[in-house]
Amino acid sequence: MYNLDDTIAAISTPVGEGGIGIVRISGKQSLEIAERLFRSAKGRRLSEVRSHQMIYGYIIDPEGGAPIDEVLVSVMRAPATYTKEDMVEINCHGGLLPMRRVLEAVIRMGARMAGPGEFTFRAFMNGRIDLSQAEATLDLIRAKTESSERLALEQLSGRLSEKINHLRERLMQVCAHVEASLDFPEEEIETAEAEEILENMKSLSRELRELAGTYEEGRFFREGLAVAIVGRPNVGKSSLLNALMEQDRAIVTELPGTTRDVLEEYISIEGIPLRIMDTAGIREAHDLAEAEGVRRSLRAIEGADLVLALFDASTELTEEDILVIEKITNRRAIVVLNKADLPMKIDGEGFKGNFPVVVISAKNGEGIRELKETILSMVFKGSISHEGFIVTNLRHKLALEKAYTCLERASTALQEFSPYEIVAFELRDALDSLGEIVGAVTTEDILEMIFSQFCIGK
Amino acid sequence: MYKDSEFDVIVIGAGHAGCEAALATARLGLQTCLFAINLDTIAQMSCNPAIGGLAKGHLVREIDALGGEMARVADRAGIQFRILNRSKGPAVWSLRAQADRLLYKLAMREVLEEQENLVIKQALVDEVVVKDSKVQGVMTSLGVFYRARAVIVTTGTFLRGLIHIGLESFPAGRAGEFPAVNLSDSLKRLGLKMGRLKTGTPPRIDSKTIDFSRTAEQWGDDPPQPFSYSTESITNPQLPCYITYTNERTHRIILDNLDRSPLYSGRIKGIGPRYCPSIEDKVVRFSERPRHQVFLEPEGLQTKEFYANGISTSLPYDVQVRLVRSIPGLEEAEIMRPGYAIEYDFVYPTQLRHTLETKLVEGLFLAGQINGTSGYEEAAAQGLVAGVNAAMKLLGREPLILRRHEAYIGVLIDDLVTKGTTEPYRMFTSRAEYRLLLRHDNADMRLRERGYRIGLVSEEQYRAFRKKKETLELELRRLEKETVAPEKVNPVLESSNTTTVKEHISLVQLLRRPEISYDVIKSISPSPYAVEGELEKLVEIEVKYSGYIRRQIDLIEKMKRFENTRIPENFPYERIAGLSREVVSKLREVNPVTIAQASRIPGVTPAAITALMIALKKKKYLEREYTV
Repeated sequence: MYNLDDTIAAISTPVGEGGIGIVRISGKQSLEIAERLFRSAKGRRLSEVRSHQMIYGYIIDPEGGAPIDEVLVSVMRAPATYTKEDMVEINCHGGLLPMRRVLEAVIRMGARMAGPGEFTFRAFMNGRIDLSQAEATLDLIRAKTESSERLALEQLSGRLSEKINHLRERLMQVCAHVEASLDFPEEEIETAEAEEILENMKSLSRELRELAGTYEEGRFFREGLAVAIVGRPNVGKSSLLNALMEQDRAIVTELPGTTRDVLEEYISIEGIPLRIMDTAGIREAHDLAEAEGVRRSLRAIEGADLVLALFDASTELTEEDILVIEKITNRRAIVVLNKADLPMKIDGEGFKGNFPVVVISAKNGEGIRELKETILSMVFKGSISHEGFIVTNLRHKLALEKAYTCLERASTALQEFSPYEIVAFELRDALDSLGEIVGAVTTEDILEMIFSQFCIGK
Repeated sequence: MYKDSEFDVIVIGAGHAGCEAALATARLGLQTCLFAINLDTIAQMSCNPAIGGLAKGHLVREIDALGGEMARVADRAGIQFRILNRSKGPAVWSLRAQADRLLYKLAMREVLEEQENLVIKQALVDEVVVKDSKVQGVMTSLGVFYRARAVIVTTGTFLRGLIHIGLESFPAGRAGEFPAVNLSDSLKRLGLKMGRLKTGTPPRIDSKTIDFSRTAEQWGDDPPQPFSYSTESITNPQLPCYITYTNERTHRIILDNLDRSPLYSGRIKGIGPRYCPSIEDKVVRFSERPRHQVFLEPEGLQTKEFYANGISTSLPYDVQVRLVRSIPGLEEAEIMRPGYAIEYDFVYPTQLRHTLETKLVEGLFLAGQINGTSGYEEAAAQGLVAGVNAAMKLLGREPLILRRHEAYIGVLIDDLVTKGTTEPYRMFTSRAEYRLLLRHDNADMRLRERGYRIGLVSEEQYRAFRKKKETLELELRRLEKETVAPEKVNPVLESSNTTTVKEHISLVQLLRRPEISYDVIKSISPSPYAVEGELEKLVEIEVKYSGYIRRQIDLIEKMKRFENTRIPENFPYERIAGLSREVVSKLREVNPVTIAQASRIPGVTPAAITALMIALKKKKYLEREYTV
C-alpha cells in the first residue's frame, strides 16, 4: 500500500540504455532534499528559482562533498505538476552510474524509493489524471518485475526472496523467544539464554549486512559492469574489444560520453552486461605522444569496476607498461597477455599472486573464453560465498539496511540490560523491514511460532 | 404469550461481559433488564479464580479508566496481588490477582442490585425477536415476551454447551448448570454464521488433603497494588499460592489412557485454545518435557477448595484421580470437582461492527465468549463496549470505537471484527503493535477522558484524574527546564556509577540515563508538585521511553491517512479491476470501514489496497461528475 504523505524518488527514464536520464522527486520535501544536494554553477538557490525553470549545476555527494554529476535541475511547484505535488527533476548527464548515485543521495536525504507506478498513482489520487490512465497504473503495480530485467536477474531475485524468507524465519524465531518470555512470564518455557539470543541476533545482522552488501554486485546486473581496457598503444586494445564483441554479437549501444572522451561499448557475458570503456580508438587516431596516450588511457581506470590491463607478450615490458602496472596496484584487475600467436617474450610469472593472468590472442580468438570466465569469477568472487544471492533493487537494499540497524540496536539493548520489551520493539522493527521486501509479518505468525515451540498454558 | 415490562436494553447472560454491559446502559440512564439462567451464579468465575495477568491486567485497567466495574470488584475480592514481568519493562508489567470466587460474585451482585435503572431476572431466553432486520425484544422459555430497543447477547459457554468428562458427555452451560439450546438456533435463524469452540478446566482439590510441605509457597506483593484508579487500598487478608510439578509417572498415566480422552478419540469437535492446552495436550505435544508446572490456587477465604492451575483435563474421572495423586503434595488429594472440557457455539466475529453490533440485525449486540474470545477480562471489555455502544445508539450519540493505538480493547475488537478467529481468542501484549504506548500505568491518561465524556466516570473521579494529569505535565515541564550544577550532581552521578558532567545538565537529561531513577532526581531536586505513588513511575517512564514513544507515534502518524480513508458500506469490490476473487470475498465478508482496516485483513495484499484506493477515488470522481 502506498503512502501518500512522504516524498518519493525514482529514475524515471528507462534503465539500462542511454547515458542521459532523469531522477524525479515528488512530495512535500522535494525542494528541500534537492537543495541539500545541489550546487548551482552561479550560486543560485533552488528555493529562489521560479517554478518550471531549469537551472544548471552539480549534484554533490552528501558525504564528502565531491560532485557526483553535472546536471540540469527543473523545479516544479505544486499544484501545476504531474503529481500535483512539489516536484524536482534532475537531468543527469554522466551515464548510469552517476544517475544511480544521485538517486541514492536523494534517498539518503529522506526521500523514499518510489514503487512501480507510484508517481502516476499520486497523480490520480491528487486528481491530476483521468481514470484510464489510473487503471493503467494498476498493471504496473501488479507487474512484479521491470521488463528490462533479464531472466538471470529474475532467477536471482527469486532465490533472493527465498533467502530473505529464510532469514525472516530465523528472525521470527528470535522474536518468538523474546515475545514468549514477555507474554508468558509464569510459564516454564525454555527461554533461550540471553547469550544465545544475542548470538543469533548478531549472526543475523551480520548476514543481513552482507546481503545488503551484495547490492554493489547486484548493480552490475542492472547497470553493467564498468570495465576499462588499459595499456599502451598498440598492445591490441581494439582487437581485444572486437574479439570480446565478436563472440557475443551483443552490442547494445555505442555512445560518446558527454563528460569524458571515452567510448562505451556494451557486451554481455552470460547475462552480465559489461560496459566497456574503450580508450583505444580516439587517442590513437589523434596520434598523440605515447606517454599522453597512456595517461589518458589510465584515466579510464577511475570509474571502472574491473580493469583489463593489456600487455604485448611478444615484446619485453616497456616503461609505459610499468606505469600501467603501478596504476592497477590495489585495483580489481586482470592481466591480459596478448599476441600469443607470436613468439612470447614474457610469460606473466611476475604477476602471479597479485593478479590473475590470462594469455590470449585477440587475433585468432585464443584464450577469449578463458578471459570471460576470469572476468565473471573476479566480479562474483564475493557472491559465490552468498550462494549467489544478490540484491539488485535499491528498495530491498534499504530495507535490509534498516533491518540490520534495528538488529544492532536490539543487540545493544540486550547487552546494556535494557528491558526485554525494548529488545522486542527493535526486533519487530527489523522484522517489519524484511516484511516490506517479501510480504508482511502478522502477530499471528509470531504467536503461531510461540505455540509451536513452547509449551504454554498454566 | 404474556407481555411483561418493556425495556430500552436487554442483556442476556450475567457473566463478566453481561454485568459490564448492563451496568453501562443502566448508568447511562437506559431502562435495562439483565437475564441470568441462575441468579446465584452472576459474575461467576467459571475457570481460574484470578483476574488480570499479562495483557489481561491491561484490559482491566482500561475497563476501569473508562468507568467499568471489573477492577473495583476484583480489588474487593482479591486475596493475592502480584505485578508480573517486573524485570521486562513497564509496558509489559501486568497486575494479576487471585480472587475469592464467592466474594467476587457477591460484590458484583451487590453493585448490580444497587444500580438504578437495572432489573435482574432469572430466566432462560429462547429467542431474540427480530422484525425487518431490527431487534424487537426477547422471548423466554416460559413464553414471556420482553420488548427492548437493543439486545446484548453475552452467553459465554452456554450456547449448546456440551460438557465432556472422559467418554461421558452431557449438555450444560457450566458444570451443574443448564445450557441455552434454543437461543443458539434462534441466532442461526437470523442468519448469523456460527462455529464451535472448546475450552477446559482442571479438577478442584480439597486443601485438607494437600501436603503443602512438598510444594513451593508463592506470596503476592506487599503492599498489594490495586487494579482500580479509585481503590485506596486492599483490605482483604492475603493468601499464598503453591507450586508443584507433574512428573514422568503423571505423563505415563495420561499417555496410557489417551484412548479414553474425548480430545484424542475425536469426540470433541470444537477447537481449543493453543495457549491454554489441557495437560493431555501438553504431554502429547511436548513429549520431551519431563515435567509441567502446577499452581495450586486458593478459591477463597472461606473455603478449602483449591484450583489446580495447569492440569486442565477432560480425561475420565478415575484417570484424573490417578494423575492428580502422582503429583508431589497431592498424593492423598481428594478431588472435590472433576476437570472437564466444554464445547459451545460462537458467532464468527467478522459479522460484527466495531461497536459490537451485528451487521445483520440492527440493535443486536454480542459480547464475550460468544464472539470467540476466552477470558473474563476480554469478556468484560467487550461487555463494556457493547453496553456503551447500545446506549450511544439509543441516545443518538457518537459510538465508542477505540483505535489500536489507544487501547488493548481497541486491538481486541479490531482483531475480532477484522481477522475473525478460529480458536478462543486471548489477548497478548504481542498483539499490540503500539505496545510501548499501551501501558498498564497510563491507562487513565489514555482513556479517563473518554470515560468521562461517555458519562461513566464520575465528576469526583474525573477531578482526581485532571489533577494527576496536570501534576504530570507540570513535573515533565520542570524536568525539561530545570538544570543542576556539576558540583551538585557529580557526587550523585559517581555513586550511581555513571559519567560525571562538566556543565549544567537538565533533570530530563539526567533521568534519561539508565542508571538514574526518579528517586535519584528527587534526591537532587525535590519536586514542588505532588508527585507521588503511581505518578512517580509514570514520570520516569515518560522520560526514559520518550525516544521509543516518539518512534511509535511516528508509525501511528504514518497510518493516519489510511485510518481516515473510509470505505462505504457494501462497496462493490467485485467491480474493482485487479482484485482476485479471494480478496474480494474477504473484503465482502469483513466489510472494512477504513483502508487501514482493510489492510489488516489476512490475505489482502498491498497491491489490492492500492487498487482499492484507486477505486474509492474513482467513485468520488464519478459522483462529482454527476452532481455538477
